[in-house]
Amino acid sequence: MNLRPVAIVYRKEWRDLLRDWRTVMSMIVVPVVIAPMIILGVLKIVNLTMKQESKVMLLGGDGSPQAVAALRRLNKFDLVPASPDYTNLISTKQIRAAVEIPSDFDAAVAQGRKTTIRIYTYDGEPKSMQAAGQLEEFFEHRRQEIVRSRLLERLLPETLVTPFEVKRSNVASPKQVTGVVVGMILPYLMIVMCLVGATYPAIDMTAGEKERGTLETLLSSPVARTHLVLGKGLVVLTASLATAALSFSSNGLALVFFRTSRFAKLPLALDPLALAGVCVVLIPLAIFLSSVTVTVGLFARSSREANTYLQPLLLLAIIPALLAALPGVDFNYGLAFIPVLNMSLLCKELLTGTCHWGHVLVVFGSMTVYAALAVAAAVALFKRESVLFRT
Amino acid sequence: MIEARGLTKLFHHKKRGQIRAVDNVDFRCEPGRIFGLLGVNGAGKTTCLRLLATILGPTSGTASVNGFDIVAAPEKVRASIGFLSTATALYGRLTAFEVVEYFGRLHGMADSVLHPRIDALFQALAMNEFRDRRCDRLSTGMKQKTSIARTLVHDPPVMIFDEPTLGLDVLTARTVLGFIRECGQRGKTVIFSTHVMSEVEKLCDSIAIIHGGRILAEGDLAQLRARTGVESLEDIFIRVVEEHA
Repeated sequence: MNLRPVAIVYRKEWRDLLRDWRTVMSMIVVPVVIAPMIILGVLKIVNLTMKQESKVMLLGGDGSPQAVAALRRLNKFDLVPASPDYTNLISTKQIRAAVEIPSDFDAAVAQGRKTTIRIYTYDGEPKSMQAAGQLEEFFEHRRQEIVRSRLLERLLPETLVTPFEVKRSNVASPKQVTGVVVGMILPYLMIVMCLVGATYPAIDMTAGEKERGTLETLLSSPVARTHLVLGKGLVVLTASLATAALSFSSNGLALVFFRTSRFAKLPLALDPLALAGVCVVLIPLAIFLSSVTVTVGLFARSSREANTYLQPLLLLAIIPALLAALPGVDFNYGLAFIPVLNMSLLCKELLTGTCHWGHVLVVFGSMTVYAALAVAAAVALFKRESVLFRT
Repeated sequence: MIEARGLTKLFHHKKRGQIRAVDNVDFRCEPGRIFGLLGVNGAGKTTCLRLLATILGPTSGTASVNGFDIVAAPEKVRASIGFLSTATALYGRLTAFEVVEYFGRLHGMADSVLHPRIDALFQALAMNEFRDRRCDRLSTGMKQKTSIARTLVHDPPVMIFDEPTLGLDVLTARTVLGFIRECGQRGKTVIFSTHVMSEVEKLCDSIAIIHGGRILAEGDLAQLRARTGVESLEDIFIRVVEEHA
């Protein structure tokens, strides 16, 4: 095959696309600026919310200064004075929770009598649940302190109430730990970014050309239609991979830069070989997605129609990627033939270091076949008059 | 030279069923002569020219363009033609130079040949003023000149014009018609479709009246006058169409 015409089409389409602000937006601005800003923004909000003092109403506790003082010392709650309509205030989210400390709480503890702390919440409301959790943690800690001091007073060992302890030990390497988390997010992000990067160029070079009347000009040139569609398809593929790569780099840098307390606990260690593997297995997927977007764009009469067709396609690609991120959905040979899902599951395995060569071969092989079929469909469609001149 | 033999194109329409857009058409265009295809909108002119340009494939029959068969060697046919129509737009984000250069390269021209050729064309068509301006910022006249340079860049022996003056102002239309005449004078085979009678009268050496996908009459103006017994081309056209109604 003479590749010169393909290269000519590729160079022209690339030049043409880069002069369009919409391409620059979808290929560079979205992955490099907007997506990291969204991620950083979400993390910042989560972080701020976690640090924010929960507004909690203190009910009773008048005769229990020790418990109330301990609660105030904690600095986790913005304690507001008691009010009779506390249930309404919780329901309307004006306060997150209310804690009722019996007035004889301190005395009951001192005398060894059983007493009850009551926490009022709005079940299912995240901030109310967070406040309730913090209150429970505080009182549990206080209970343990009291038990320990009582045992000490009676010269009894702590093992009397705590005969044994349960401790968790992580045997996975830091790379595997990071791999589990990244393996859930990364394939999804890459698939979405591949599609975001491919969609606009694919529409512009197919349905857009029909709309602008340049397709007939191009068809009057002596270049074979196969070469024309391959040149266009390669540009879409490049845009798709470039968007995914830019997105990966910028989001990675953003995460490293933003080491919140929550993320600092996570060892940010990834196996470079696994990452390289993800990049390699992404190629047939990107070819597949690029060819599908080109095929859809060719079929459509206008950019608007192409957009209408591509919205469900985006959903069709996102759902398997999300499925793969669910806990318990692991690689098996039945799922290995479902496009997108197979790649997502394989990426998960690669990043956690549990991948087998057999899985790689099956997924890479099946995706290569799907990619080849999608390219063939695009080429076949580009040769059909009824499609090119649909009115 | 262009020679059509039994050229037929059928389309299938969901509601109207089978449409014979071009129906068993035969004609011959000689080098150095301008062949006019005259017909009303929907007569089959555009489909006929798209078949000759191999943008569409015939249902039956064939044609040879510059000695190449449109079915057997469509790429060689396209390499031999310059195709200009109202539907052949320019890439708005490319400059006039880049558009012409792109099509020169698609025709397999090496840069060493292509660039002097573009310089000569731009000089001849007075295009240097807007050479590096994006096509979406050109006036209609400038765009039409760019399209002409695009069709001529590979110096094709056959020129196909599909209603090239449609929607153009008088001055731009005049430039285009002058260019078509020049192509004929340079010995190129020219086929030109229009529904404007005056353009045909001014330009064409030979005229074919097409209606309902069929060629109803063919000859030079004198032959058509003799055949119908009327003087003006408009009357000739109406007489021929009515005869076959």
